Amino acid sequence: MENVVRGRVWKYGDDVNTDVIFPGKYTYTVRDEADMAKHALEDLDPSFASSVQPNDIIVGGRNWGCGSSREQAVTSIRRAGVKVIIAKSFARIYFRNAVNGGLLPIACPEAVGALQAGEVVEVDLIAHTITGKAGTFSFPPLSSSILRILEAGGLVPMLRRQLSEAGAAGQGGNS
Amino acid sequence: MGKTFAEKALARASGESEVVAGQIVDARPDVALSHDNTAPISRTFYSLGIDRVKYPERLAITLDHAVPAPSTLHAQNHAEVRQFVAKQGVRNFFEVGRGICHQVLSEEAIVLPGELILGSDSHTTHFGWLGAFGAGVGRSEMAAIWATGELWLRVPESILIVVDGELPPGVTTKDLCLKIIGDLGADGGLYLSVEFTGGTLESLSFDSRMVIPNMMAEFGAKNAYLAPDDRLIEWLRGKASRDFTPLYPDPDASYLAVHHFDASTLEPMVARPHTVDNVVPISEVAGTPVQQAFLGTCTNGRLEDLAAAAEVLRGRHVAAGTRLLVIPASSRVYMDAMAQGYLTTLMEAGAVIGTPGCGPCMGNHMGVPAPGEATISSANRNFRGRMGTRDSEIYLASPAVVAASAVTGVLTDPRELD
Ligand code: SF4
Repeated sequence: MENVVRGRVWKYGDDVNTDVIFPGKYTYTVRDEADMAKHALEDLDPSFASSVQPNDIIVGGRNWGCGSSREQAVTSIRRAGVKVIIAKSFARIYFRNAVNGGLLPIACPEAVGALQAGEVVEVDLIAHTITGKAGTFSFPPLSSSILRILEAGGLVPMLRRQLSEAGAAGQGGNS
Repeated sequence: MGKTFAEKALARASGESEVVAGQIVDARPDVALSHDNTAPISRTFYSLGIDRVKYPERLAITLDHAVPAPSTLHAQNHAEVRQFVAKQGVRNFFEVGRGICHQVLSEEAIVLPGELILGSDSHTTHFGWLGAFGAGVGRSEMAAIWATGELWLRVPESILIVVDGELPPGVTTKDLCLKIIGDLGADGGLYLSVEFTGGTLESLSFDSRMVIPNMMAEFGAKNAYLAPDDRLIEWLRGKASRDFTPLYPDPDASYLAVHHFDASTLEPMVARPHTVDNVVPISEVAGTPVQQAFLGTCTNGRLEDLAAAAEVLRGRHVAAGTRLLVIPASSRVYMDAMAQGYLTTLMEAGAVIGTPGCGPCMGNHMGVPAPGEATISSANRNFRGRMGTRDSEIYLASPAVVAASAVTGVLTDPRELD
């Protein structure tokens, strides 16, 4: 993941749930990640999927991603080019899925209050800052276990590497 | 300082002598639950470059979310699940029609008091009804659990909800949960272990208890907990396939907050579209037209729920212009309801009975509403598009309210039916 992400803000409200991010009716029928991206935020903002640009930043209110555990609610957004979501708070499974899927979830209520839809903001992952028209906001650093997953590009790539190393060391990954 | 249930349960699951809230542990689930999503999880699992699940005896898999298969793609998905089950030798596998994962694993006592169950389903909080730590995880995380037998978890802070007083006639634990979520918000329990205590709980049937931790997923909770009592332990005796040790919080455990609710003052509640915390007493929405009434799901599709609906519908009929869909949560519920005559009563009143499973709860099939229609449902979630149609409305309430509304065609307080 890059250290600095610059992109346009898409701003939404509180309690945005996974059913409006990626409708349940598609969960067993849309399998391809590029196809998932076409349905990202479908029932929340039908204009999103067709006009989102790489590096665009989603800004949400409280409890972003509440509801179902479906990972497609992260995958669809990530494949649409979004790398960072800033919210006042995240639903817990969404937060885990985001980290595991290589999508950075930043909880920063102050920034959410100040950022406007359409403005371009810069997120600095080293300095832990978000800079927009209204100024610069700091967010707390992530814990080391979470950083480890993000740096590996997600949970699956990290495990793949760990398991192949364990296999090479003769401990066997297949027991 | 005393320990909460969450601290005790995650210490046990991670093999530590002691853990505290905020700590991150590598926890080893006793049971790993997945359902129709086993197929995509298995694709992720095999992509890790390994072939065998580490502890196949810990897996529990149901086919329940879209059953029987409504399309070729769903059928392929099921076929892939069966292949995985056969190849990995998963014994706790429940076929199409057996029922909804949370109900089936409860009936079969597959997870026990004090144990940890992680599920690739957000309502895995359900298993708090028997004093287990149940939490939802993502699909990739489930693949990781299959591969390694463990997963990192943050030990949650806890809040305590004290419920005293007797529920009035016609008022249920569904109403209690809607009241709690309405008062404290859909994120009122975010990241938290929500532990329940108080006199009301002891007198509750198991069917009524299960509603509580199930609904706490809509409160943002990581898990929820009801203390196992003698009645539960007795029921588990002879059912449980291994020894277990119930865990109880210490009297001086540390809680972020303590909330009190008086059950005796409650009335039937309704969550209006499109969030579960948009809650009002039934009197404020009574008279709203509904075209569909849905009784079922892991929240309220049990025997007691069908009995409550049958009581309302005995000698009455579903209103013209409204349809009533009843989907028992499991085959056991179905058979018991048949033996008790509830299904006959419901069908005589005009209900349609579906195959045990999730039905239209998440919009896969078997009762997707038309645009512009409103549904009164006994489910746990009323998000926009949840039942498969963006421009439709979902109201949530207890089974008796669902049945009474089916009779009149408008949202109705069952206590006021003449
Ligand atoms: S009944 Fe609904 S909430 Fe329960 S497991 Fe099925 S889809 Fe999920």
